[in-house]
Amino acid sequence: MRNEAVRQKIGFGALLVATLVVVVPVVLIVVLILTRGFGALSWEFLFTMPRDGMKAGGIFPAIIGTFILVVTSIAFALPIGVMAAVYLHEYARENLLTRVINLAIINLAGVSSVVFGLFGFSLFVIFLRFGVSITAGALTLGIMTLPVIITTTREALRAVPRSYREVSFSLGASRWQTVRHAVLPFATPGILTGAILSVGRVAGETAPILFTVAAFYLPRLPHSLGDQVMALPYHLYISTTQIPGIPEGYRYGTALVLVGLVLVVNVAAVFFRAKMRKRR
Amino acid sequence: MSAGGMSIRDLNVRWAGEPVLRGLSLEIVPNEILSIIGPANSGKTTFLRSLNRLNDLEPSIRKTGTILLDGRDIDRDFGIEDLRKRVGMIFALPIPLPISIYDNVTYGPRLAGVRGKAALDRIVEESLRAAYLWDEVKDRLRSSGQKLSGGQQQRLCIARTLALEPDVILFDEPCSGLDPISTAKVEDSMTELRKRHTVVLVTNNTKQAARVGTRTAFFLMGEMVEVGPTGALFTSPADKRTEDYIVGRFG
Repeated sequence: MRNEAVRQKIGFGALLVATLVVVVPVVLIVVLILTRGFGALSWEFLFTMPRDGMKAGGIFPAIIGTFILVVTSIAFALPIGVMAAVYLHEYARENLLTRVINLAIINLAGVSSVVFGLFGFSLFVIFLRFGVSITAGALTLGIMTLPVIITTTREALRAVPRSYREVSFSLGASRWQTVRHAVLPFATPGILTGAILSVGRVAGETAPILFTVAAFYLPRLPHSLGDQVMALPYHLYISTTQIPGIPEGYRYGTALVLVGLVLVVNVAAVFFRAKMRKRR
Repeated sequence: MSAGGMSIRDLNVRWAGEPVLRGLSLEIVPNEILSIIGPANSGKTTFLRSLNRLNDLEPSIRKTGTILLDGRDIDRDFGIEDLRKRVGMIFALPIPLPISIYDNVTYGPRLAGVRGKAALDRIVEESLRAAYLWDEVKDRLRSSGQKLSGGQQQRLCIARTLALEPDVILFDEPCSGLDPISTAKVEDSMTELRKRHTVVLVTNNTKQAARVGTRTAFFLMGEMVEVGPTGALFTSPADKRTEDYIVGRFG
């Protein structure tokens, strides 16, 4: 009996350690970038152009660039991903074609980000002649995030009870009316979760934008979707590896802004989602 | 609006190849309450879902035979949406959508193209009154339909179906999750509905069939054993199996 209690303690102890292993890096990352980066934050750092070969001045164009890339790529991927998921879950019957499509989606999720970058470069930049531009970068990032959006949307649709659909049909609704009025409204919070996950991924990726949109040094704001932009993750990479003599606070400040930007967008989306849930 | 009659001629339904209903022919007369009784897996619900083509949603279900609504073939002469507006259905569990009471009742009419607040208000009041729910909810039409009690939810579902003014209303064990008092209210509303609609009631509760049905049919393993006026079927069933089921020897 005593023996059993000891074993149980050891078991739960192991589980606790495993949990801490997950939490500790998160805490360390936050502490690290806060302590080293917070001092660098200033009005000038956030809202001015870089100067002196990026050794001074601010990171304003990179912040704006990442923000634009997040908005444009989600604006492209969210409608397409949601529509694809609605088609697969609500319309398509289980057959060879849908099985192949599902397999493709899973494989798309497994492709590494640098391969997406190369793909985006050859398709959008070269073949479709978009050049190195916001359009090419946003499309590349959008395609990369499609599997996430499709999968989470499908889970959200799956979570809507089958009985809602039957009730809707029994009241003379067409298939589209049923999807529009008895399924999608109740899946929207779940769909937004997918969008939230995508924001973090899109904002943080370096490899897909490397060949498609990111500018090394471009101390001005873009005028059109055909322009290049600086982006926070790429800026962090070059300022860490390519330019000697950059103050440490500058690098950690950039990391802090990147994490903060994703946090702000996510919190906004979570609030929006909570509001939608409450409206029922 | 008029109560509709249905004729079922030689209906066979297979589910993934297995026969669920076999050679079923039956007339449903306007303004009657036809109760269908029988043990589990006798095909009662499948039969009911054939009448509004809800089975069509299930790809592994195949059916042969003809079903007529007021003389018109439900497969050929109706759009599927129009058929379901004329043949309404109440499910075993009350399923209000997670929207307001008002929006639940107007769901069908709105999708059918009814616009205008006055028209929708009138539909809501009439439907809720006919389902004996108006007095209990008239002051909170904007609150969620899912916040009502189980019995109220089922009456809300009845009101929602009535909002489309169907000719036939199908009840699929509508009281299986309700307490006796709620059950009595639903049964009362069925008796009242009979004046303007035709009612088909599938029930596992033979006493309920005896209470509300004008006629009763007994189903067993995918076949209809017999059908007749409720009084006659319960007092002097023609078939031995019907008698065994009614007195509780099996099922």
